[in-house]
Amino acid sequence: MPQMADDRRSDQPADATSLEPFSDALLDPDLPTPKGIVGPKGKKAAKRFNVYRNNVTVGLVGALADIFPAVHRLVGDEFFRAMARIYVQTEQPSSPLLFRYGAGFPAFLKTFEPVAKLTYLPDVARIERAWLDAYHAADTPVMDPADLGAIAPEDLADQRFITHPATFVVRSNFAAVSIFAANRAGKDLSGIDPLIAEDGLITRREFDVEIRQLPAGAAAFLQALAGGATLGEAAGSAVEQSEDFDLAAAIAAMLEAGAFSALASGKIDEKGQ
Amino acid sequence: MSKKTIVGASAVAGAVAMALTGASLVASTTAASAKEKCYGVSLVGQNDCAAGPGTTCAGTSTVDYQGNAWKLVSDGTCTTMELPDGRMGSLEPLDRDLPA
Repeated sequence: MPQMADDRRSDQPADATSLEPFSDALLDPDLPTPKGIVGPKGKKAAKRFNVYRNNVTVGLVGALADIFPAVHRLVGDEFFRAMARIYVQTEQPSSPLLFRYGAGFPAFLKTFEPVAKLTYLPDVARIERAWLDAYHAADTPVMDPADLGAIAPEDLADQRFITHPATFVVRSNFAAVSIFAANRAGKDLSGIDPLIAEDGLITRREFDVEIRQLPAGAAAFLQALAGGATLGEAAGSAVEQSEDFDLAAAIAAMLEAGAFSALASGKIDEKGQ
Repeated sequence: MSKKTIVGASAVAGAVAMALTGASLVASTTAASAKEKCYGVSLVGQNDCAAGPGTTCAGTSTVDYQGNAWKLVSDGTCTTMELPDGRMGSLEPLDRDLPA
């Protein structure tokens, strides 16, 4: 017998194992209506379930369009929605918060044959995902540059930093930062050479998410600092990556952007990356 | 593992001193102080909220320049900023551009 023989709500707690076939069937129209989904008087509910199924898919597709507006504009609405429908079947939301959806979308774009020629697209999507994560990150004051000025010069190289919750570094082999910025500003892509590699730093000092392009080696520098390295160690790994690394410019950029929330006194405070 | 390059204390100290005297830094840290609520200027989904981002009303505006959604802007800039089609920002809620 079906568990819910009428449309009154069952007060019995849902059995966790019974939810998986339900959510699988939601996103895969080839699967049958899950057991226990019935209409009034126990009638079949295939049509009703299809309406719900469609609402879920359309909702997720719409969420992707809102989370990745630059990708949406770059490929056009019709193409984006068709592509998003395919993606939605591969990623079930892992959070009830819809703005967290789409973590796997950049990787999907990398493997999705019809956009293979838009080589920069996955990186633009990574920037958009990080932009929204920065937007919703916890509000935390950024480090006052004076804190660094108060350290004795001989101790500066040993300093470690606590990464601000809204800080993200995105490295791209393409001009993803320029393309993202131009698209969000409503400009066309003329004058941008997509094949020039760019690193971007995303931060949120107060209410507005900011993105800036990082000079050579600065991304490695910031990633090392975020990983718990000291200023001296991080500078070293940046020099290894790029001969042109300008330490003063990188420190100025990180202070200006508010990439760190404080000096880590003594022990390493790791940020889950 | 290969041996790691470590930049010496004096080089780091010099770089920090240079970074701290950078003019752009002074400008950007003092700019972010006084703010005012400005109605009718935020793009869709980018409004702020009384309790700040992370609460349920921040980022919930559903049309561009929604009249009853506000955004924090630098003090004194709200009513003078340029918006499309002759719209003006306002320090009070507006009844234009409300979601249908």
